[in-house]
Amino acid sequence: MSVWLARLSVDRWRLSHAPEARAAADAAPTALILETAHGPRITAANPAGIAAGARAGMLLADARALCPDLVAVPADPAGDLAALEKLALWAQRWGPWSALDPPDGVLVDVTGVAHLFGGEEALLADVGRAFAQRGLTVRAALAPTAGAAWALAHHHAGARAILAPGDDPLRLLADLPVAALRLDDDVLTVLRRLGIKRLGELAGVSGAGADPAQEAAARDALRRRFRNRHSPAANPLLRLDQLLGRVPEPLLPVIDRPVPMVQRRLMEPLRHRTPLDTVVADLAADMVRALEARGEGARRLELALWRVDGEVLQRRIELAAATREAAHITRLFAARLDDVDAGFGIEMVQMRASWSEPLHLSQADLDAAAEDHGTALAACIDRLTVRLGPRAVTRPVPRASHIPERAQGWQPPLAPVPPAQSQLAFHTRPLKLLDRPEPIAVLHAAPDGVPQRFRWRGTVREVLRVEGPERIAPEWWRERSSTRLRDYYRIEDEAGRRYWIYRQGIIGDGRGGVPDWFLQGLYA
Amino acid sequence: MFSKPSPARVLSRAAPEPRWRPGLPAQPFHSEIFAPGGEASGAGLALALARDALLSAAEEDADTRQVLWVQDAKAIRLGGRPCLVGLPSDLRHRLIHVAAATPEDALFALEEGMKCRDLSCVIGEIAGNPKALSFTASRRLSLTAERHGVRLWLVRLDAEPELSSARMRWQARAAPSPAPRWNAAAPGTATWHAELFRARTHAPGEWMLSDDTGTLRIRRDPDADVLAAPDHVRLARETVGRSLAAVARA
Repeated sequence: MSVWLARLSVDRWRLSHAPEARAAADAAPTALILETAHGPRITAANPAGIAAGARAGMLLADARALCPDLVAVPADPAGDLAALEKLALWAQRWGPWSALDPPDGVLVDVTGVAHLFGGEEALLADVGRAFAQRGLTVRAALAPTAGAAWALAHHHAGARAILAPGDDPLRLLADLPVAALRLDDDVLTVLRRLGIKRLGELAGVSGAGADPAQEAAARDALRRRFRNRHSPAANPLLRLDQLLGRVPEPLLPVIDRPVPMVQRRLMEPLRHRTPLDTVVADLAADMVRALEARGEGARRLELALWRVDGEVLQRRIELAAATREAAHITRLFAARLDDVDAGFGIEMVQMRASWSEPLHLSQADLDAAAEDHGTALAACIDRLTVRLGPRAVTRPVPRASHIPERAQGWQPPLAPVPPAQSQLAFHTRPLKLLDRPEPIAVLHAAPDGVPQRFRWRGTVREVLRVEGPERIAPEWWRERSSTRLRDYYRIEDEAGRRYWIYRQGIIGDGRGGVPDWFLQGLYA
Repeated sequence: MFSKPSPARVLSRAAPEPRWRPGLPAQPFHSEIFAPGGEASGAGLALALARDALLSAAEEDADTRQVLWVQDAKAIRLGGRPCLVGLPSDLRHRLIHVAAATPEDALFALEEGMKCRDLSCVIGEIAGNPKALSFTASRRLSLTAERHGVRLWLVRLDAEPELSSARMRWQARAAPSPAPRWNAAAPGTATWHAELFRARTHAPGEWMLSDDTGTLRIRRDPDADVLAAPDHVRLARETVGRSLAAVARA
């Protein structure tokens, strides 16, 4: 279906007046003008203006010569186009899919829709009624192809502007002028000079004539005449094929993208700042959810506050980058709400994201929080465990044993520590224990058992001070009976290094020969 | 993104003491202690410095946060693992030990530990001069420590003092201990010869430091206070108030 808003700009100009002033506006001859290089030129005129002689395309000076009291009003093409976009969306009430047909038309795909409105005539009547209610002059037509519908809407003269699928378009549309093919002006001029005025004459060269040979020659001549014209608007044959449905004609649909909007209607009008801040924070959270669902971030946000007395307060913020952080939005709006005059109270608050950009979900916030405030202990342990393995991160816990290497166990760091008996305080233990006691070569042992010099890791050390022995017997319930006891000594060498060494066994205990010496711990 | 000022900058505004002493309120966040691998003096001094810093941080309630102790495999082989009963008693129940296989892993663990707000300090032990512990890595450690306010004492076993961004660098070795009061032949309290060879706010210097049952002290003359040296093990409580004789006379 093609809808032609025959006098869109004039109708918009008329609607811009108050209803009571429209009669006076209609009575005065008026022309909408655009400034051009040769002076103001008329783009449209109201009926009184047309009656007075003003035509679209005339210079205003020429029209003033015809009608001195012609009123000139600047035209608004951008506003017309915006209005046309809105109308195209609104026209989707008749079909699921609509396209703009600039400068003043709308195409709606009504395939299989007409029966919902009670037939095709009823559908067209409904279109006429709905546009008339909006105060717009309209001519609508239905046809199997967009081109045929356009031709019918713009140029049909009869009452019936419907081309049924079974009808022969060439026969029904043969009387329409070639301008019905949506051609450029220069092409129309060329066709007029060629003597082709009606669609039927052009169609006569395009396949339905009596003499095929002459027909083909004429068509070939036309094709050669327009062989360099690849744009459909400049090639009448292409346009004709589009009209007949032999060539597809893709149209760009208009798709509505609703602006993300959240609002709160308040049970009690707000008169104080604190509840307003709360409401704005709630709205920001809602807005973040709405934006997240669309995968977008807001660049511009508008906050509207409806007061009880009907006043609407607007606050607008623009953001440097697409954002989706509720706290950030709340903080920005809080700075803009200082001068709000609540009057008798605010009863509705609405937030719109009138400009939004794609913003993918990211985990940046989680990392940023960890960067600012540090990680929790559990998170830290998890990170360490994942990289180093579970056995690398441990906590030393006491175990029920008096053998030094068994008196200490290692368990996961956050597991509960089992209760244990504390060690006797007068047992001074080293700060660090070697994983395996390292054998030391005793160079000179005193008769009472303490080495005076020993060699450990290739260095000979002189023992200056000794405390001991502290005798630790083997755990007979755990070990073989041949295990030897240990005599531990705390020693300090000439450089002040303090070690924990032991002699394994004593001479004559019947469990081996000369006892060995080991170094097990390092004192701080 | 607002950034909080680095604690190091805040601290540096306070009037610096020209001479280091134990118990200073402004302690650096990243210190290095070079120590021989065959003794526990480095770890002992690191622990003493850490306890000194935590006590002087003016926290009236006892710090119950955990302490992370990171060692790489070579450091474990050289000096062993921490012994639970040998640790200061207030550290025994809150030590988490990380045994890293490589210096890279140890550096990762150190950095992750400094990022954790539930740790009171991090102690690291890395042996030698691994390639991973370059100046860039140490700078990274310094920045992380200052950003998150968790202090790091890194013990370098058998290492050459190469370029590093640590705020204080110590050279430590064991020193002959004072003779205990009751058994003069026995080893005494832990004593170290510590040389502060690089610091931002203090002049370099050398000290004999000793760990007096958990308190870091400067030992001025090794011979003068032989008798005053406290017993390593305190079985008896200190006498508080008047003696019994004074009570009887009153």
